[in-house]
Amino acid sequence: MLFFVELLVNGLSLGFLYALSALGFVMIFKSSSVLNFAHGELMAIGAFLFLVLSSWANLPIVLAFAFTLIGSFSLGFIIERFFLRPLIGEELIEVIMLTVGLAVMLKGLLLFIFGGDIHNYREFLPKSLSINWGEIGIPSVYVATFVLGIVFLIVFGLFFKYSSQGIYMRSVADNQPAALSLGVHVRRVFALSWAIAALVCAMSGIVLGIINGINVHELSSVGLKVFPVVILGGLDSIGGAILGGVIIGLLETFTGGYVSSSLKEIIPYIVLVFILMVKPYGLFGLVEIERV
Amino acid sequence: MRKFQFHPCGNFKETYDRELTIFETDFGRLWMGIGLVLLFAVIPFISSPYMLYILNTIGIYAIAAIGLNLLIGYTGQISLGHGAFFGVGAYAGAILATRAGFPFWAAVPAAGVITAAVGMVFGIPSVRLKHLYLCIATLAGQFIMEYIFVQWESLTGGADGIIVTNTTLLGLDLGVDRNFYFVVFACFVILTWMAVNLIRTRYGRAFVAVRDNDRAAEGMGIPIFGYKLLSFAISSFYAGFAGALYAYYTMSITPEPFNLWLSIEFIAMIIIGGLGSIPGSVFGAVFIVALNEILSHLTQFLMNLGTGGGVSITIAPLREFVYGLVIILFIIFEPKGLAEVWRIVRSSFRLWPFSY
Repeated sequence: MLFFVELLVNGLSLGFLYALSALGFVMIFKSSSVLNFAHGELMAIGAFLFLVLSSWANLPIVLAFAFTLIGSFSLGFIIERFFLRPLIGEELIEVIMLTVGLAVMLKGLLLFIFGGDIHNYREFLPKSLSINWGEIGIPSVYVATFVLGIVFLIVFGLFFKYSSQGIYMRSVADNQPAALSLGVHVRRVFALSWAIAALVCAMSGIVLGIINGINVHELSSVGLKVFPVVILGGLDSIGGAILGGVIIGLLETFTGGYVSSSLKEIIPYIVLVFILMVKPYGLFGLVEIERV
Repeated sequence: MRKFQFHPCGNFKETYDRELTIFETDFGRLWMGIGLVLLFAVIPFISSPYMLYILNTIGIYAIAAIGLNLLIGYTGQISLGHGAFFGVGAYAGAILATRAGFPFWAAVPAAGVITAAVGMVFGIPSVRLKHLYLCIATLAGQFIMEYIFVQWESLTGGADGIIVTNTTLLGLDLGVDRNFYFVVFACFVILTWMAVNLIRTRYGRAFVAVRDNDRAAEGMGIPIFGYKLLSFAISSFYAGFAGALYAYYTMSITPEPFNLWLSIEFIAMIIIGGLGSIPGSVFGAVFIVALNEILSHLTQFLMNLGTGGGVSITIAPLREFVYGLVIILFIIFEPKGLAEVWRIVRSSFRLWPFSY
């Protein structure tokens, strides 16, 4: 029984990590319908930026965090300006391939600078955040992840539903030419959505880095695990991303605990294929009906 | 003797046959003949063993890249699992050759057919899914295949892999680079000829119609699911064929090479070469293999320069960086790839000195 509860807690925390990393992905998809294969690398950049600022430059944590957020926000702008903007109005396949190229390039760059070793942050989260129920303890990082996830869910949910910028983003994702002709500043929407996404990625990268240590390979493979999560939840649904993350996280830990540890890595992808066959738009995704 | 045909100064085609012809002029036929003579009678005898190794690799990758271009460039179905299909072909060829005792000429096409069947299984999601979703489905396929390569130990030998024996064809020892060169490029010429002709037929035109607008294609009476599946099957056949050749060439296969990175390399080949162009796939394969060799030489050179051991580790990722950069630059500045560059160069020669 204790084993079961442990798995449950581990699964939930892993699930929230996945959910958090899926948020940035959903941001980009919701505002420009681009599948971002460079997601894991964006997270890694955020995590390393924080590492450089907090551990190497020895800035105070709050200041380092703020600078990381500003840095990754501008990085999002830069990526959009130099790589994505020339492709506005081009075929989707080219944009997707561009993000694949971007992923490979950024990964090479990060490996070049930081190497393939695992780096660690110094301890900074207050111990009082952690929760203890008898023999089961939840470390403070997971609690922080949980809180962060909920805050993001509410903030971005409201942003997309009510703010005018959020509505522009949705309109651009839905139909670029129509949004352009109705006077939406498509380039600004793209730039802003990449900047916000890079910011969210940086935060999830930092959280992942606190838990597992910062490693380029690890973070880029988490970036690919985002796909099962967002497909399960529905590509354009923020709530779906969180629920999908939790389900995939639970599934992974329970498979690892009860079935086999080698199947654990692959089970999200098997589920992914199954969902795509049965319910391609996921649990909460917008169903596009297309009839011939 | 019939009249020679030269380049016309405009588009004067009057029949569909003229439009569909492969060689518009007799110059094309002449160059083709010269190219074949060079390929089979000159190059193998003047090349060093190292050069032959590079050429063989180019030949194998070019076959697989043509297959991927039929799927992505002509049918418009993105696949991120081509590297895994290449691996399926390699394993199928190796298993047929060692366990079932198939000779070379039977094992390689059989591996192609087996891979085609596997490819069709992963093509099934394309009934309901379009580009974005299909792309993710094939990514999942890639990971699942990798898992099977490692875990199905009774068949694939697990992480140890398989050693291919019995590598002779008509008494020739295929372990010799020059003998293998003739085999690879004979296959390459036949498969290229098949691909070029395939896209001139009803099937090829249906593929292009599905790519350009699948709803309109269905409206015109093209059963799109059937053609998508067919495209997956043909593309996987090419990948499997090339994979089996690879297994025979390297003589021992392990699961490591057939990872996501290989799939990305194949995609880089067809983007750099030119989507929707058979010569483009070949250009892309040449470019990527050459880039790989240059980068590994460069890495070694820099490693020799740097005396410290730490330098060697930090320079290795340079390769990935350059790869990504090349893909991005081609997509932004020349989305039609090297095939388009080649066309521009050729026509500027033809139009000289009155280019416009």
